[in-house]
This record gives sequence, C-alpha cells and structure tokens, in this order.
Amino acid sequence: MAHHQEQDNEVLLDFWPSSYAMRVKIALAEKGIAYECKQEDLQAKSPLLLEKNPVHKMIPVLIHNGNSICESLNIVQYIDETWNHEPLLLSSDPYQRSQVRFWGDYIDNNVYRIGKKVWTMKGKEQEEGKKEFIECLKRLEGELGEKAYFGGEKLGYVDVALVPFTSWFYTYETFGNFSIEGECPKLVAWGKRCMESQSVAKSLPHPHKVHEFAIQFKKRNALE
Amino acid sequence: MAAKEEQVKFLGKWPSPFSNRVELALKLKGIKYDYSEEDLSNKSQELLTSNPVHKKVPVLIHNGRPISESLVIVEYIDETWKSNPFLPPNPYHRASARFWSKLVDEKCLPPLWDAFWCDEKGREKAVEEAMEALKILENEIGDKRFFGGDDVGLVDISANFVGYWVDILQEIAGLQLLTSEKFPKLYKWSQEFSTHPIVKQALPPRDKLFAFFKSRTG
Repeated sequence: MAHHQEQDNEVLLDFWPSSYAMRVKIALAEKGIAYECKQEDLQAKSPLLLEKNPVHKMIPVLIHNGNSICESLNIVQYIDETWNHEPLLLSSDPYQRSQVRFWGDYIDNNVYRIGKKVWTMKGKEQEEGKKEFIECLKRLEGELGEKAYFGGEKLGYVDVALVPFTSWFYTYETFGNFSIEGECPKLVAWGKRCMESQSVAKSLPHPHKVHEFAIQFKKRNALE
Repeated sequence: MAAKEEQVKFLGKWPSPFSNRVELALKLKGIKYDYSEEDLSNKSQELLTSNPVHKKVPVLIHNGRPISESLVIVEYIDETWKSNPFLPPNPYHRASARFWSKLVDEKCLPPLWDAFWCDEKGREKAVEEAMEALKILENEIGDKRFFGGDDVGLVDISANFVGYWVDILQEIAGLQLLTSEKFPKLYKWSQEFSTHPIVKQALPPRDKLFAFFKSRTG
C-alpha cells in the first residue's frame, strides 16, 4: 500500500540561530503548513544536506515531494507560489513584486554582513561596523515609513525577510554596547508588532538564547 | 500592440553586463523603449532620483515608476509582458531557475571578474575559483541547448557575462578559462547564446567591447 502522506511531507533542514532559516519557518507557519524540522550540525553536515544542497551545502533547505529548494527568499517565493492561498506574502502586481524583491535583495546583501562586524569585531572596525549597521537599519526604517508592516496592513515578503534579524538585536546591542531602539525606535516597534503574530513568535528563538549561542561561537572560533 | 501608451525608459551603461541583461530582456520581449546612456562619473538627476539607494545602473522606468537591480528588473519585465516567458510555469522549476540565476550572480561573476583583473599575487586563487564556478555551470547545462531549455530563459540572461564577456576578457588577459577543451558543454552553450538571433542584436559589438576593456588594462 503506497504511503500517500509521505508524498506531501515537507522537511526543513534547519539551524536554529539562522535568520535565513527563520524566514522559511515564518512563511510555512503563515500558510499553515505542517513540516518536519531537522537540525543540522554545521560542523558535521548530514548526508541529506550534502545531497539536497550539493552546490552550497547550506541551510535552509526545503524538501517538498522529494525536490529540494534552496536559498531562503527563493524558498519563501516558492512557498507563496505553491500554496497560493491567503495570506499571500507577495502581491500579484508586478510592480509591487519588483519593489519587495529589491528590498529583499538589499536586506540579503547588507544586514547579516554588516551585523557580523558588530558582534564579532572590536575597536575601530567594530565602531565602523556599528555606524554602517545603523545606517542600514535607518534606510529600512525609512522604507517602512508610517506603515504598520512593510507589507502594508499585514506581514509581507519584506517583513518575513527582515524580522528574523530582530532576534539578533540583543546580541548586536550587547557586543556593540549600543541601543538599536535608541537609534531606530520605529523599526524596533515594528519588530514587536510582528512578534504579535503567532507565525513570527513561534519561529524566532529567544534573544538571550541567540546571545548565548554567539558567546559560544566566538569562544570556539577565538573571536573574543 | 499596446492599446494605451506605454512609456518604457532604461538607464544603462553599454559595456556593463548588468545593464545588458535588461536590454536582452526588453529585446527578447519585443518591447519598445527609450535608452539613456549614463556617465557614472557624472550621474544624471534622473538616475539619482530613480535609484536613490544604490545610484547605479541599470534602472528601468515604466510609466514613470522606477525599478532597480538587473535581475529584479528582468523578472518584472517577464511578469509584465507575458509573451516569450523567461520562467517556466511550474513553481519548483521557477525556484530552480531563480536559484541558478542568483548563483551565477553571486558565485560565478565575482571570481571570473577577479581572475581577469587581479594582480599576480591574487591571480592563481582567483583563476582556481573561476574554474570551480565554470565547472558548476558545465554540470548544470548538461545536454540542454540553453539553461532555460529550448529557448533563452532567466538563467541564460543572468549568465550573459559568461556567454559573451568572458571570451573577450580572457583574450585580453591571456587566460584560457572557458574553452571547448575544458568545458565543452558550457562552451557550446556560449556559442548558442551569443549567436541567438535576438540576443546577438542586444549584445554590444565585440570589437567595441574589446577596445573598451583593453584600454582599461593600462
């Protein structure tokens, strides 16, 4: 007898501190999709990960009907197109889609890269990193404007792309010795508003847990 | 045959492969447009207003609304003008195409570019990474005529640098990266790509591009 349930079994290859993986969890939760979450040890990658993402060997990977989809924002678009019922994360209007893709791209190219300078570096490099990071967040805050969400009245693609990084804010602030709320109050308020959604609240780890991870990471990699 | 007036304007730079992606997309769809060549040492007010974040080309302005980032623009063009689609209808195949076009952009272009412009010290490592990137693409193209299958698609457009610029730059730099001996399938693709009837009209003339990059090697 064929196990038809297995055909539709979604599996997410995850690493819980990863903001990129959190994006996928939020998208799956928004759509009400059940899935199996497998934690990867990035120091000892599983044969499944190496098979399903042979080029990058990175998480997140979504496995659906035996197919693997890689790159977090690519997976989010795939989820929106495959389960194309409400809530829709992207508008059907091509111009709106182009604008959210632009900002998704901007977030991808800047937030992690610059944020890493803040929590891993020291002295002058860290100070420059902090300055750059605040500029980046301010630009995003500008794009948010007076809207409740980047998606307007509800969570959209850009919200999903950015909100995971808020679980890292405490880590950035503690290592960088500064207040993100002091510099970008609207953005922090937006982050809290997003956390009122179940899909976000259950997909983001507690900021203190992230901070503890960062401390251990720095010790292991002699970055203290 | 638009019933209403469509205003399509494109700000670009002719030697830039990023700019060229937009030109390819517009020509493949048969869209009429106005072109404005930007002088990046003296950026126009129009460029600064329409791309305030990056202040870079290419920028597409459609009925007064600007779109930036070459691959974002190409997908916008594909979604707005639905003939000759660049992406297949199936969501998994679309995700796959987007994955590969992003990979070309992030993993292939930088080492290939570096291999040509790096000094002696960095050259060896850059060439090694470039060869790795080409190998990945060789495996992906396989026996397909184009990355998009029977016709040019998003990935082919994204890989225009590999399909056309690499040949010119490797001649100038005296490097043998993409050759029919080393990467027969990818090389064959590059020939199919650069001789495609519409693509070849959109690519800048070889001698002009050669002269442009040659003059920059000093």
